[in-house]
Amino acid sequence: MADTFQFEIVTPAKPILAESAELVIVPGAAGDFGVLPGHAALLSTLRPGTIEIREKSLKVLQRFFIEGGFAEVTPERCTILAEEARPVAEISRDDAEARLKRAHDALMLSNTLGVRTEAERDVRAAEAMLAAVDAYESGTQRGH
Amino acid sequence: MPSLKDLRVRIASVKSTQKITSAMKMVAAAKLKRAQVAAEQGRPYAESMERMLSGLLAGMSSRDNAPKLLAGHGREQKHLLVVVTSDRGLAGGFNGNIAREARRQISSLQREGKEVKVLIIGRKGRDALRRDHGRLIIDTVENVTRNGAQFEPARELSRRLRKMFEAGEFDVCTLLFNTFKSAISQVVTAKQIIPFPIEALAPAAAPSAPQGGVYEMEPDDEALLHDLLPANVSMQLFRALLESYASEQGARMTAMDNATRNAGDMIGRLTLTYNRSRQAAITKELIEIISGAEAV
Repeated sequence: MADTFQFEIVTPAKPILAESAELVIVPGAAGDFGVLPGHAALLSTLRPGTIEIREKSLKVLQRFFIEGGFAEVTPERCTILAEEARPVAEISRDDAEARLKRAHDALMLSNTLGVRTEAERDVRAAEAMLAAVDAYESGTQRGH
Repeated sequence: MPSLKDLRVRIASVKSTQKITSAMKMVAAAKLKRAQVAAEQGRPYAESMERMLSGLLAGMSSRDNAPKLLAGHGREQKHLLVVVTSDRGLAGGFNGNIAREARRQISSLQREGKEVKVLIIGRKGRDALRRDHGRLIIDTVENVTRNGAQFEPARELSRRLRKMFEAGEFDVCTLLFNTFKSAISQVVTAKQIIPFPIEALAPAAAPSAPQGGVYEMEPDDEALLHDLLPANVSMQLFRALLESYASEQGARMTAMDNATRNAGDMIGRLTLTYNRSRQAAITKELIEIISGAEAV
């Protein structure tokens, strides 16, 4: 079996990434899952969180933050559809914190049900973003 | 017969118009190039989404509990037309073609006894449709494609459409926009986005599903569909904005190219008239002098 599979992250505006990968950890709606070459065909919704591209030795090569989306996995390919995806390294802690604050404010102001669920989702996304930055920073500090 | 001075003023004015139109043409050409790149880059997302939807629908055993965005309200009484136009004019037939098609669709739907509502993107569409169908227009969204087509406005619009759909304000939503063929040709396209037209899925997309089975669904097919359909609406709106923006720039480029050429022709004609009149004036003066000298 091949050692790698084709891994892609695409957003509506443009493809973010297309390369071969050995192992990718994806934040599925029902829990994180790892994708290795030869993975069974799968469609999944994703929750806001971090996508980790790793070597077989589990060393993290790249991290991307996505605000939810979808994953399509076949034995030789894995495609992530996300409305927004950014490398975690490019997100600053201040941005993430400001965003969380905004989301909390919006939640406080919202009263109708539809708006409220949306605001709650936004809060969760912002929390996930902050968590992603946290994980990234603690990871790089350990590396030094 | 205009005086020499009138002609000079006229020529100067046409020349400055020509400068403007040729500058606009170059601006439109540059924007068109960027718009084409953007449209190209948006394609993989659309293709993947289509593949996922067809894989999902192929694997679903029953569509009895399908979300409303797929199954519809079970009636087709209220139609919503989303008309995508531009905010700025001087783009040849770009907005006119869309407005004409919109009028045609509105009257044919009304003849069938349906209730029609219109949501307009772009100021020019409102200006064109306000006179005939002002009562049908529920809102106009402006400045959507000021810096090129962005995904964010499409997502907001899709959220709004979904809310309206859930509130029962319409049963069928059709997008009306210009599809970019080339800089000189844009095709007015109508595309139903709500409820999701299953027939529109290319059957060719299905074989990409793995052999010997269908996808495993996580969490389950209904939840997936529930999330995927709204994302698809956003994506379709975004595609329409991309196509429309590229078409607008293409149409403007062609229109301004023609305008520049027409201005050149007009300058030529005016210059000819100007020179003739000048020569006639000189000849006339000479004749006067000579006959004056002869008389002495």
